[in-house]
Amino acid sequence: MSDSAAALRRDKVLGAIRSRLGQSDGRSRTAASRIAGQAPHLVPERSRRDAAGLKELFATQLRAGNATVVAVASEADLPAAVAAYLRGQNLPLAMRAGNDTWLRAIDWSREPALSIAEGPAVPDDEVGLTHAVAAVAETGTLVLASGPANPVTVTFLPETSIIVVRAADLVGPYEAAFDLIRQRYGRGTMPRTLNLVSGPSRTADVGGRLVTGAHGPRRLCVMVVG
Amino acid sequence: MDVTAHAFKSNVKAALKDMQLQRALSGLPTGLVAQRTAAKAKLPEFEALRDVGRDIKDHTLAHLDLYLEAWEKKATAAGAKVHWAPTAADAREIVAGICREANARLVTKGKSMVSEEIALNAHLEAQGLEVVETDLGEYLVQIRHETPSHIIAPAIHLTEAQIEADFRRQHTHLPKDRPLDEPVQIVSEARDILREKFIKADVGITGANFLIAETGSSIIVTNEGNGDLTQSLAKVHVVVTSIDKVVPTLEDAATLLRLLARSATGQEFSVYTTFSTGPRRPEDADGPEQYHVVVLDNGRSALLDTPFREVLRCIRCGACMNHCPVYGAVGGHAYGWVYPGPIGAVLNPALIGLDEASHLPNASTFCGRCESVCPMKIPLPGLMREWRRQEFASGAGSAVGRSALKAWSYLARRPRLYHLATRLGIATLSALGRTRGAFRSLPLAGGWTRHRDLAAPQGRTFQQLWAEHKQGVPR
Repeated sequence: MSDSAAALRRDKVLGAIRSRLGQSDGRSRTAASRIAGQAPHLVPERSRRDAAGLKELFATQLRAGNATVVAVASEADLPAAVAAYLRGQNLPLAMRAGNDTWLRAIDWSREPALSIAEGPAVPDDEVGLTHAVAAVAETGTLVLASGPANPVTVTFLPETSIIVVRAADLVGPYEAAFDLIRQRYGRGTMPRTLNLVSGPSRTADVGGRLVTGAHGPRRLCVMVVG
Repeated sequence: MDVTAHAFKSNVKAALKDMQLQRALSGLPTGLVAQRTAAKAKLPEFEALRDVGRDIKDHTLAHLDLYLEAWEKKATAAGAKVHWAPTAADAREIVAGICREANARLVTKGKSMVSEEIALNAHLEAQGLEVVETDLGEYLVQIRHETPSHIIAPAIHLTEAQIEADFRRQHTHLPKDRPLDEPVQIVSEARDILREKFIKADVGITGANFLIAETGSSIIVTNEGNGDLTQSLAKVHVVVTSIDKVVPTLEDAATLLRLLARSATGQEFSVYTTFSTGPRRPEDADGPEQYHVVVLDNGRSALLDTPFREVLRCIRCGACMNHCPVYGAVGGHAYGWVYPGPIGAVLNPALIGLDEASHLPNASTFCGRCESVCPMKIPLPGLMREWRRQEFASGAGSAVGRSALKAWSYLARRPRLYHLATRLGIATLSALGRTRGAFRSLPLAGGWTRHRDLAAPQGRTFQQLWAEHKQGVPR
């Protein structure tokens, strides 16, 4: 279809809306200023807590969604924690990950049996390792930004997903996580995908009974570092 | 999809006799309804958030053209190709054109009610494309050549036994004696089969729960992760959505997301909420090379200066149908078009015409549960009443029905005459029915007495009893 036909269709849709709404003064200014800076609306009280309280709420919520949550004291302890989890689940110690600077800086050679293949996931990968930019305690939700550091396929293709988040990046409500994204990418700018993850994949489409492991990961293990 | 809303009455008769359907629907009160109640109880701010949600949508609708343009500008800057579709036919052809240009053969789809509204699958299949639904419920419905019977639980009308039989019929390449009597086995089989489709797909189509003007993003909410595989593995990602989905900012989306999952499935939050902005970036290792968003009007803009504007606040959670006694009795297919339940009773007449869908706003007891659970506080019974008013004003309906309504309206506006008429009527019925205490049949009440006796009145009207009660007369 031609560009002029597309332009006509655009005018038709937007024109129909404009004619129905009427064009009073100040509408443009109202919309522009809201986009430029909307303060949070009502934010639930439950996430108004200190750091320890947030950690506890985050873990409780994630476990309620059938995820495993592991507290790791420091970056140096991460390889051992990851290896212990994989051994406990009888899983291979071979993982897929992006080129995340923070993950790469960790000394994985402390667990020589662990291997990490770098790049986007392929169908045969069994375990994906990603680093969340933030985590939301309110509902036990991880926030992942796609990119070469953490390709989106690493989060969704492997049967087992291990997501690592630093305790320092744990916030209360979604709004605080969005502010972190704005600080990193600039206001109004986003990575290709921002994935909010709150558990392993699930479905209740067969007879209303809950089954984990639909199309995405069957298992989600979250490592909170620090 | 084929429209059978005009046949609502015969659809209902068939649904009430369908024992498999009745068994499947019997799970609603202990399932989605109970789960929503529990989720609401865990969030003290839930009721207050409904007011905030309503206000966000009202504000957005009052500035709809501006937020859509702002969203388009940001989306385009991020590399999106935005397509506007005044009608369903426009939207279908736009998507087909994108598929042709991509030389596509296999299309995977995440769940999208707008794609049902525009009957997208049939159109793409007619062009020789293989179209595979990847949401498990949608897949179950697709292999039965049916349509979704619920907007978030498309296969809610199916029992486990039916699904097992469908899988054995459909997946003939698998061993005949494989165990399939547990949901986990069904889910695993579907996972293996659809995994291959995800990987081979040329185009991935999803819907959008929201568009965000601030960032130019589209949002999908899923539990299965199928939407993410659909949109990340294909070369081309097409979002099919409608003009009412835009919100101004991330803060606005946060509030609506808090309401959506709790109202829909009773989850605190859905497993996956994904914000997509543009195609893959030059440095990205994966993701689609093209990102298209098709924005459908299809009659929505015409509602903006009518009382039905409020229905455009809908975030498609399905709570109204889960709580509706009519939906619970007949299921979604009886409604005869894409949107079932109370939201369908209000939206369908607007989108396919009152002539076609006039039964739907009449199929309500006005119990008010839909409005009381709607996260966007849409006055659904009031809007159904408005359709009934318009239907009457247009001269539709049978002569008997119209005369009865006219007579009723004449009486109801004249209290003295009304009281006299009811006193006489009640006294007559009471005298006639005194011997048996009930009627087996009664003129004009056949709809009732065909199935059960009508108790005879005791002799006085409610108004009389009430007046005596206030004066302290012992009964």
